[in-house]
Amino acid sequence: MRSARVALIWAALAAAIGVPIAAAAASPLLAWRDPLYILAGFAGIVALGAMLVQPLLIGGYLPGLSGRLGRRAHHWIGGTLVAAVVIHVGGLWITSPPDMIDALLFASPTPFSPWGVIAMWAIFAVALLAAFRRRLGPRKWRIAHLLLAIVIVAGSVVHGLLIEGTMETASKAALCMLVLAAAIKVMADLQGWRKRGSLRGQNIARQ
Amino acid sequence: MPIVILNRRNLLAAGGAVLATGVSGLFMPARAEGLAPTPSMPGGSNNYRGGAPIVDRIGKGGFWMSGTVRRAGDGAPLSGQRVQIWAHTTEGREHEPQSHGATLTDKNGMFRLEMPQIVPIFGQPHGHLAYDSGEYKTVFLRPVMRSAKDTSLEAHFVLQPV
Repeated sequence: MRSARVALIWAALAAAIGVPIAAAAASPLLAWRDPLYILAGFAGIVALGAMLVQPLLIGGYLPGLSGRLGRRAHHWIGGTLVAAVVIHVGGLWITSPPDMIDALLFASPTPFSPWGVIAMWAIFAVALLAAFRRRLGPRKWRIAHLLLAIVIVAGSVVHGLLIEGTMETASKAALCMLVLAAAIKVMADLQGWRKRGSLRGQNIARQ
Repeated sequence: MPIVILNRRNLLAAGGAVLATGVSGLFMPARAEGLAPTPSMPGGSNNYRGGAPIVDRIGKGGFWMSGTVRRAGDGAPLSGQRVQIWAHTTEGREHEPQSHGATLTDKNGMFRLEMPQIVPIFGQPHGHLAYDSGEYKTVFLRPVMRSAKDTSLEAHFVLQPV
């Protein structure tokens, strides 16, 4: 029974991320794009997938990856997310420099661009703060990460939904909703944050 | 006769402003003081290559880019004006020379150029047009297709003398 549940959770996660990637891989638009542009686009999809895994790991919802192991995986996937965003932006820059520069300067005609750029800076900010989190202290770090995570999730979901690209509409919308739901679930689940905090001897419970 | 057509266009633009601006964002309803010039659109000049050759057709065709060129103020149609067109199509990327071409307006200020099917690039199916011949102020347009399946796109210029 338990192993069936474990298998089901992992299968659902694999499908939530794998189906949109597979659907995008079948997009007719790929025929008219060169490899670097395709890579940049898929890096964006991988980043969105990583955003689904991150809250699940920190909430301890993934069997076999709770507690310390889950947090370690969260750090590694956070690093992967940064790398994916760098590939996404770098690849698009090389594909069409003026369009990428417009986006980064918030001068782009496309409504989705500023959302993506804001999410990008929030992702970089989390990575930077994570490097200095001991100096920051657990309470400040958690608040900062939480606020930036809200910006990242909201920005990325709007960014993704407004784009007319290789992602198939229904599977993209489903992944975006799951990213949103997972983030809301873990943020609402403050009890989990507190427990873990007190386990590590950090007094953040009722201040 | 051309004047009648233009008046109807203006009426259409003013009445169906949602459609007109949604498609191209170009038409300004004619006001008492005259027709306002079309401003360049953000990103309009991206991947521009000045001096694209005048062609009968870009590549193998199958998609139609059309529009009008008029003078600011009185809205008079401007004939013989060179309009440059480029886009990311089934036959090439936006910056590649084969994706660029130019055409001239007829005596009614209208232009129409066949080109390969535009495909979405950078998240939107869009084309680029430029008026950049010196006699009037340069204008870059970047109309967006309502659907990636559309096989035509319109863009309209109202030019201001330099």
